[in-house]
Amino acid sequence: MHTMIPTSRSVERFHELQHYVGNTPLYPITKLSPNPKVKIYAKLEWQQMGGSVKARPAYNIMKEAIESGKLNEGKHLLDATSGNTGIAYAVFASVAGIPLTLAVPGNVTKERKNILQALGVNLIFTSPFESTDGSQREALALASAEPDKYFYADQYNNDNNWKAHYNSTAEEIIRQTGGQITHFVAGLGTTGTFTGTSRKLKEYDPSIQVIGLQPETALHGLEGWKHLETAKVPGIYDDQLADDIQGVDTLGAYEVLKDAARYESLFLSPSSAANLLGAILLAEKIEEGTIVTVFPDDATKYSEVVDPILKS
Amino acid sequence: MARLIIPTPLRKFTADQAVFESTGNNVKEVINQLIDEYNGLKQHLLDERGDIRSFVRIYVGDEDIHALNREHTTVEANSVVSIIPAIAGGSY
Repeated sequence: MHTMIPTSRSVERFHELQHYVGNTPLYPITKLSPNPKVKIYAKLEWQQMGGSVKARPAYNIMKEAIESGKLNEGKHLLDATSGNTGIAYAVFASVAGIPLTLAVPGNVTKERKNILQALGVNLIFTSPFESTDGSQREALALASAEPDKYFYADQYNNDNNWKAHYNSTAEEIIRQTGGQITHFVAGLGTTGTFTGTSRKLKEYDPSIQVIGLQPETALHGLEGWKHLETAKVPGIYDDQLADDIQGVDTLGAYEVLKDAARYESLFLSPSSAANLLGAILLAEKIEEGTIVTVFPDDATKYSEVVDPILKS
Repeated sequence: MARLIIPTPLRKFTADQAVFESTGNNVKEVINQLIDEYNGLKQHLLDERGDIRSFVRIYVGDEDIHALNREHTTVEANSVVSIIPAIAGGSY
């Protein structure tokens, strides 16, 4: 139940934005699919407000916080992010008139810095040595110091992150495949997409195999992904859910990024390409089936990484 | 001696040491000394040919070695060499 609903026009507009979150196309991969008996599909998650998969959890986290009164008028929304969640928060927060403070690693791509600054976000840059683990520590310290000022969304430990995918991404996949999905593969970052989508898919049909993808090595070039053995594992991650965890090689993903542009007319981000590589590797191993993955965002925010790949 | 700053994800392999001191004269020598000390780092830093993995970002001072002389970039006794991790945790 809604215990407290701000009634200002700006928050009403926030609620109207739900029509621009989710319901992304399920796109068939044809030329890069290695097995004629296996279909590969990907959700084009950049086709929603904020330009990435993060529209779903960011909107759901904010919606729950506004409706429960935790993010009431005057409070700042605060979180740690590597960029996409921050951009989604920023779009929704500006519409709702909510001040936004984000802790981000100092080495996020220049496009992300530019977009966040253009959207008027109060940015706190944390050590590039510590990735988003350091950003989380900084955000927690701020929230602890001024609890009346900040609502700390804590996307890594907020159940409304994975529930966004449980209630939308998975439902869309079931509907769009006509229930024919046999395998779901997705990279692990906050793990919200994997956890929420997999949980619902398993409830729908326990025989659906769910495969988590992670970088093969602690240092990698797949922005947004976590190497679980060496990273701070998010609280929302359920280690009992995955049927398998598959390592993905960064350079292999970069090759797929090039091939996707050339043969599929898809301009993918490195992590989207890594998801596609995970799906391709799986398609080579199984006899038949329908694999679904997600493309969290496209290449437009990664020119520093993608330009050299496409030119190589 | 030059100081090499170890990023958080790799400290699991260095017994939580954040700084490694090296007598190496260039980046490759510094990295090799680090791996000699902490062998578990080898697969994370070097490819099959023994070269520094191309996506591993290394800075000498404020300069990315890709804009300098790559792994042959000179390291002075007072240099600070940094390994910068990829951004983790946002997109999923």
